[in-house]
Amino acid sequence: MVEKITLNLITCRSIQQGVGMEAGKTSKKYFDACSIIEMHEDDMKNLGILKNTNVRVTSATGSVVVKAVTTRQELVPGLAHIPMGPWANRIVSAYTYSTGEPCFKGFPVEVEPAPSEQILSAVDVVKDACGLLKK
Amino acid sequence: MPKVVTDVTCPFCGTLCDDLEITVSDDNKKILSVKNACAIGAEKFNHTKEPGRVTHPRMRQPDGTFKEISYDEAIDFTARMLVKSRKTLMYGWASTSCQAMSIGHEIAEKVGGIVDNCATVCHGSSLIAIQDVGIPSCTLGEIKNRADRVIFWGCNPAHAHPRHMSRYSIFPRGFFTVKGHKGRKIYCVDCRHTDTARVADTFIQVQQGYDYELLNAFRTAARGGPLPDEIGGVPKEKVYEVVEELKTGRFGVIFFGMGLTHTLGRNHNIDIAISFTRDMNEFTKFNIIAMRGHWNVTGSGQVLSWQYGFPYAVDLSRLDKARYQTGETTSVDLLTRNEVEACFYIATDPGAHFPIAAMISSSKKPTVTIDPHINCTTEISDVHIPVAMVGVETGGCAYRMDNVPIETRKVVDPPEGLLTDEEVLTRILNRVNQLMEEA
Repeated sequence: MVEKITLNLITCRSIQQGVGMEAGKTSKKYFDACSIIEMHEDDMKNLGILKNTNVRVTSATGSVVVKAVTTRQELVPGLAHIPMGPWANRIVSAYTYSTGEPCFKGFPVEVEPAPSEQILSAVDVVKDACGLLKK
Repeated sequence: MPKVVTDVTCPFCGTLCDDLEITVSDDNKKILSVKNACAIGAEKFNHTKEPGRVTHPRMRQPDGTFKEISYDEAIDFTARMLVKSRKTLMYGWASTSCQAMSIGHEIAEKVGGIVDNCATVCHGSSLIAIQDVGIPSCTLGEIKNRADRVIFWGCNPAHAHPRHMSRYSIFPRGFFTVKGHKGRKIYCVDCRHTDTARVADTFIQVQQGYDYELLNAFRTAARGGPLPDEIGGVPKEKVYEVVEELKTGRFGVIFFGMGLTHTLGRNHNIDIAISFTRDMNEFTKFNIIAMRGHWNVTGSGQVLSWQYGFPYAVDLSRLDKARYQTGETTSVDLLTRNEVEACFYIATDPGAHFPIAAMISSSKKPTVTIDPHINCTTEISDVHIPVAMVGVETGGCAYRMDNVPIETRKVVDPPEGLLTDEEVLTRILNRVNQLMEEA
């Protein structure tokens, strides 16, 4: 068991994310579908966490609290996935290699358990970064 | 009596299914049921009856709350912002009609805006590659009727284009594909074993970020060249085997998605996928199609291309000519470098889908968002102008992922008093003209 692990992160669409998005960005469906990190069971074991534990994910760009879950879209150990959305984008680098396309897939992140930390709502996670969130 | 509207076009993904059947109440105000749509499409139509829809423009107050204002006030604010700003980012367009786009472009020409669409964070890399090497492509109808070798590379249509497989690429029986699924060989190349991989005959698990190497190996194998023992986690025997199978097909197609456009290499990944397709045409008929995401992002590329010659990131700030340079006139770069003075978003939600650094920059500028719903962008904008949903409450032209134009239909009336994108943009254009004449 280790305190934090380094994983390779990708962000993609999932059908739950699509349905949630159409239900509304402020809906529970969207929150449930996107404020998660999908991890391999071995990585969870390594980190000493159970499914549905909140974790803090940190990249060179930033940091965000999401819920660790397992998935049907089977991952290999070392690979993790956060569905596209405001939570994922808190840690996505805006560097585009002159293509206009940010680094949405394939960047290292550190994951550590954060069972006592709260996950912000979709709007708040953006407002928080922009300094518009009233504490 | 409730009535049934048939052949409705679904305004969600680039597949643009046009066989939906929607039952609406006799007063034409409420959707009662949706047939034939996927889970996402059904949600899009069904949630129109949910309460809490915004029906008046809103302006953000200094304390962070929103105050209702009239359309006239909102349009005046927008027009003044556009006229004042020397360089405005006008981003979005992928979820509105081609008619609305052309009005928006007229505004951009007047005020010197930069028009960019969602391809900039989606298939922008593909468009760069297509400009570099061209694209041997076909329509989805040809896939349905002819394709017997189908590759899904870095895409997961089971989740992102849910009816693509049943309408065109895997299951349907067509003129030359009478056996349907049984007559086709399906391949899936991905770093995850996705739901699409589950319906494929062959799944090739590539290590994340090694798509370029693997495509290069496919090219080499097609020409009979030697390969190292393993390429991106895939044994060379597998590569030779798959390429031989592809050569025996009568009509092959590669569908590719964000797995190629977002990973390291970006446009070069697409470049080599297209080159592999071209190579395969030495042996059989082969095509390649981008799995476009938003339902009308292709349309925005089409309209921009025929008006200015470039498919996205068109800089009109020099007023007399259009410029396009990825990395320079693309939205994320413009925002992170703080190069625009105001932001105008329409039919999109960059707040949810842009890297946060871009949105932090955006939140410090005057911003207007035109969108039917409350989303992550409207809440950090100065003014939010709600509109009718295109494809549900008003019609308009859209382009499918294979560049086929399809007319979307109006199914129900929008909530009372709500304007359409076209109406709002026309009024902004008129106000801009007025203000410029006065100046």
